[in-house]
Amino acid sequence: MTRSLAESLVRWRWWLFALALLALGLSAAGARYIGFSNDYRVFFSRENPQLLAFEELQNTYTKSDNVLFVLEPADGQVFTPQTLSAVEWLTQQAWQIPYSIRVDSVTNFQHTRAQADDLIVGDLVSEAGNLTDAQLREIKRVALHEPLLVHRLVAPDGRVTGVNVTIQLPGLDPAAEGPEVVAFARGLAADLETRFPAVKVHLTGIVLLNNAFSENSIKDMSTLVPIMFGVIMLFLLLLLRSLWSTLTTMAVIAVSIVSAIGIAGWLGIRLTPPSASAPTMIMTLAVADCVHLLVSFLQRLRHTPQRRTAMVEALRINLQPIFLTSLTTAIGFLSMNFSDAPPFRDLGNIVAIGVMAAFFYCIALLPALMIALPVRVPAVRNRSVAFMDRFADFVVQHRRPVLAATSASVIGLIIFIPNNELNDEFVKYFDERVPFRVDTDFTTRNLTGLYNIAYSLKSSGSGGISEPDYLRKLDEFAQWYRRQPEVIHVSSLSDTMKRLNKNLHGDDPSWYRIPGSRELAAQYLLLYEMSLPYGLDLNNQINVDKSATKLDVSLKSISSNATIALEERARQWLADNAPATMQTHGASPSVMFSHIGSRNIRSMLIGATVALLLISLILVFALKSLRIGLISLIPNLVPAGMAFGLWGLLVGNVGLALSVVAGMTLGIVVDDTVHFLSKYLRARREEGLSPPDAVRYAFHTVGTALWTTSVVLMAGFLVLTYSPFELNADMGLLTAITIGLALMADFLLLPTLLMTLDHKDAYESAQLADSVKSPL
Amino acid sequence: MKALSLLILLSLPFSLLAQEAQQKGLEIAREADRRDTGFHDQTADLQMILRNSQGEESRRKIHVRTLEQLDDGDKSLTTFEQPADVKGTNFLSFTHKTGPDDQWLYLPALKRVKRISSRNKSGPFMGSEFAYEDLSSQEVEKYSYKYLRDENYNDLDCFVVERYPRDKDSGYTRQVVWLDKQEYRPQKIVFYDRKNSLLKTLTYSGYRQYLDKFWRADEMYMENHQTGKSTRLVWSDYRFKTGLEERDFNRNSLSRTR
Repeated sequence: MTRSLAESLVRWRWWLFALALLALGLSAAGARYIGFSNDYRVFFSRENPQLLAFEELQNTYTKSDNVLFVLEPADGQVFTPQTLSAVEWLTQQAWQIPYSIRVDSVTNFQHTRAQADDLIVGDLVSEAGNLTDAQLREIKRVALHEPLLVHRLVAPDGRVTGVNVTIQLPGLDPAAEGPEVVAFARGLAADLETRFPAVKVHLTGIVLLNNAFSENSIKDMSTLVPIMFGVIMLFLLLLLRSLWSTLTTMAVIAVSIVSAIGIAGWLGIRLTPPSASAPTMIMTLAVADCVHLLVSFLQRLRHTPQRRTAMVEALRINLQPIFLTSLTTAIGFLSMNFSDAPPFRDLGNIVAIGVMAAFFYCIALLPALMIALPVRVPAVRNRSVAFMDRFADFVVQHRRPVLAATSASVIGLIIFIPNNELNDEFVKYFDERVPFRVDTDFTTRNLTGLYNIAYSLKSSGSGGISEPDYLRKLDEFAQWYRRQPEVIHVSSLSDTMKRLNKNLHGDDPSWYRIPGSRELAAQYLLLYEMSLPYGLDLNNQINVDKSATKLDVSLKSISSNATIALEERARQWLADNAPATMQTHGASPSVMFSHIGSRNIRSMLIGATVALLLISLILVFALKSLRIGLISLIPNLVPAGMAFGLWGLLVGNVGLALSVVAGMTLGIVVDDTVHFLSKYLRARREEGLSPPDAVRYAFHTVGTALWTTSVVLMAGFLVLTYSPFELNADMGLLTAITIGLALMADFLLLPTLLMTLDHKDAYESAQLADSVKSPL
Repeated sequence: MKALSLLILLSLPFSLLAQEAQQKGLEIAREADRRDTGFHDQTADLQMILRNSQGEESRRKIHVRTLEQLDDGDKSLTTFEQPADVKGTNFLSFTHKTGPDDQWLYLPALKRVKRISSRNKSGPFMGSEFAYEDLSSQEVEKYSYKYLRDENYNDLDCFVVERYPRDKDSGYTRQVVWLDKQEYRPQKIVFYDRKNSLLKTLTYSGYRQYLDKFWRADEMYMENHQTGKSTRLVWSDYRFKTGLEERDFNRNSLSRTR
């Protein structure tokens, strides 16, 4: 059957070639729909509970993102006419940033003070250039004692200050709006540094975070893909020693990627940094199909001058293995659909499409091209095969110590898996080559944290936020949070209330406390709200019917587990101390990312299990042996276990990206096992060899192919480690490690296991020997 | 040289046109102001219905007394009635044609009158989508004008006039106003924020004429396009020439008025 199929493929090769070009044209047309997503929210599925909680919070108050300018004066003095002039200038200009709805800074901070029976409300700083020393001292005193400013817009030592711009993106053209804001903000920062050369500007905030995602996707695509092309080309030249074969393979790889991206475009997928690594992965995986076919073709060509005959033979022996390995690889990648993070579902689907496309183009384009092109047969090299033979002898002779040593190292590594701590700090998704990371680290060290937790705390009912009991509890909660070591800043309405109470009692510090009655508090608020300028209203802190307020906590750079633990402590505090109406969960991007790792690991365990079951079923069917199928589970499972153990030993942090590695690598590592086992079984069944001799045969026939393809795969995934997006870098590194360990498992563990467990010499002989030819 | 003079010649009509448009805009504003002059004083009840993008609602109720001033901005005294916790709070303001307004607030819970010294009038009024500057007395001098075009709006033949706030603390770069030609009543105002982006639209409905002269809308609906929030103002019980005098609008009256 395979022979007739192979002959048909060769006979109709030009029709197939035309069909492939048609398929390429149709799928590639979708590429114009491909876009880059620039919103950290894409990492969360629509049903993610932490995302829902955060969106509810945002809808209740002002739904917004921010740009934070951090100003670092060279002399370390914020409270000078020069620096304050820069802040004042920027505060004014920042209103021109597209979609800005609010600008907060030290200069436009609405300072309230009493003067006899007057309440004076106004900018803390105006016309900074003309301030006297006494005025500057007073401004500094006020600013550094204001809980709403310190650690939020001014450093406690007065060396660094911030201008926070609240941005509300309309979301009509998400791909354009964020970059538009960032471009404008960068322009302003550059302009400021020109006008005020003594001030350095750092840019951070959620809009910058989002932008870093899309900028780095594009960067990854434009730098990693060419590097990968170079690496693959080099390997192919070394391996195939034929320029035409190399160029044909490169063409197949290129069209596979184009088709996969095109189909992704048709499907409306928006690229994110994880899915932007799809081309690199497809390239790596597509190589194997072509290499297997071409190696066989070139080998046959030595024995027959007939290209056509050589191609039929190459197709005959390779069609089924490359179809099976493509299928298992695709299944492994499709297991990513279990992930809670849509970018990884997209990655899995694009790569799976690419892998199947590579299979199709390989059998549709290669025959026609290779028969038509003047391919020269490369010189024979036997060194590797000879080495493989010696290696096989070694394994066979020392099977017991090898098995013992390998098992010991497997166990020795696997026990370190628990060393891995779940951690998803989204700032650390970017490495230090990314300006966003550098600026954010500077900000966290010197001013305030980008990580935060927000609470919407409900009162007893409409207008209830003015109840003294509520305000006191709110204040206690804010004070409790301020005592926590992980916390940089807490912003709460209770501070504003205490300040107003003091102001309306002639600035007497003894009145710096929660107003004594609901009416008093409500009337203060009314008074205060009436005197606030455009954009500085309280709608970002108080809901529409004044029944709830928002409390914002800024955090240091802490791990996911620390964030979850802190949030749980806060919830416990509320349970112990606050009334039923105030019981709530904290919500924020930090909280969302803190849970994303564990949510994904749970869902990906299911995904990997499903993939494992499917792949094992395919193996049992293809190998026609339940026993061998079961034995194959071990070398298929062990590499990921060892890789995670090694990771636990060396790194210890796993997160979102690594949760998908187990499922994804399963489909890749299984290929080596398939090739090794099929040759082993052929030796056992067709030649009637003993297990040790069958192991020797397997090493002799596929040993070289296995290590070379593993090296190509490892090189391919190692290219990803060059990505400044740490999720991709870590994913690439761990995958490369897993593939390396899989090779070790196939070379050391699988043969010794076979020799130990498969010693029934009468091996299923009666019914199998004559009737079945291994399909592989 | 030739080209330059040609350019000047060509641009001359445009600058003349521009001047003409400014003059016409100003005249329309003056005419509208003239037609609303002479009511002496008025009182009205106002209900505010605030709504956020989620559709959650909140209501406020106030009573407004206004005393017309012929040579300066009007004086007004606002009494808050709802929510209950601000009931009895009185707000007195003297608007001025130029410069910051004078504002006092009487807080019954504190039993004191406080003068508010603030240049800010662009913030939201009682958390609504109306800024204080949208609600306070609309003096001709507060803006400069430019007539844009004639346009039909809601079956009414309208002037479309653009106006630019003179106050540098205003939250707007410009407003576009639709006034019907028949009665010079504002029908719609579109507000543009400080970066000249569309911010809000105010529409007037249910105009009624009082004392055969003064037109007042029953409803004013403000929609914020950036946040999706909106506020509906429902006016009722308009009364004119109720006998209010200067002495009803001072610091002392502030704590007396109920």
